[in-house]
Amino acid sequence: MTTLISALLMGLLFGAGLLISGMTDPANVKGFLDIGGITGPWRPQLMAVLGAGVVVTWAVYALARRLKQPIAAPTFEWPSATQIDRPLLAGAALFGAGWALAGYCPGPALVALGELTPAAVAFVAAMAAGNMLHRLLARIGGTGD
Amino acid sequence: MIDASWGYALTGGALIGLASGGLMLLNGRIAGISGVFHRAVEGSRDGWRWAFLAGLLLAGAVAHFVAPARLPVSGSGSSIVVAIIAGLLVGIGTRMGSGCTSGHGICGLARMSPRSLAAVLVFLATGMLVTAAVGWLGRAQ
Repeated sequence: MTTLISALLMGLLFGAGLLISGMTDPANVKGFLDIGGITGPWRPQLMAVLGAGVVVTWAVYALARRLKQPIAAPTFEWPSATQIDRPLLAGAALFGAGWALAGYCPGPALVALGELTPAAVAFVAAMAAGNMLHRLLARIGGTGD
Repeated sequence: MIDASWGYALTGGALIGLASGGLMLLNGRIAGISGVFHRAVEGSRDGWRWAFLAGLLLAGAVAHFVAPARLPVSGSGSSIVVAIIAGLLVGIGTRMGSGCTSGHGICGLARMSPRSLAAVLVFLATGMLVTAAVGWLGRAQ
């Protein structure tokens, strides 16, 4: 139960951070990616969001690494993949394109889904469809995953 | 140039950091939102994933009443068709590339993972290229 409550609270806190930072407004994301200022003045604030997010996460991770186990769960699950391979780069490229088109990445889209913003409802449904499409293509291609 | 938006950006970013660091400290998990979403869609029975997603949605639901301006209804001019195309690209891309702005961007960079840094550089580059291309096309019309 504590596992669920802590995850719920972290999701809520993450969502609050996205809302306060301005990242739930697609105009801020598009304005950041428009470094040439084609559609309006460049909005560099996303760099501050990312910078503050990385530094604070780094500090809390340092704290977590000193513990034998997490406070509300049995084990730490640190990622093990280190390879810079084609799926990583191709996937990141596709993600970047979609991010730019809608001004949504998964986090802000899910927050906006919480208030039933029509574009976010369509975006998240399509994300789920993309998951299924990718698994289907991987199966046909025989690459598996 | 330096206005209140920078304060909001730093404050929001710090809260995002507390949440993603906190998910490791408390639950021992990486706060990669696309990963949590994909595993949930695939029918994961790990309750924490659903709880974390519920927290994100709850934040949006609460914001609807306390800060609606933070969630523009228009999706900043994005039509539903564009949202669907973009969502498909993001769904496939994050599944294939194992992460998004949170998993690779926040958590991966905080772990100083070269793999995540490579992903971040690529999605920033394609994001900027697509934005420029769309901007030029819009201007040409």
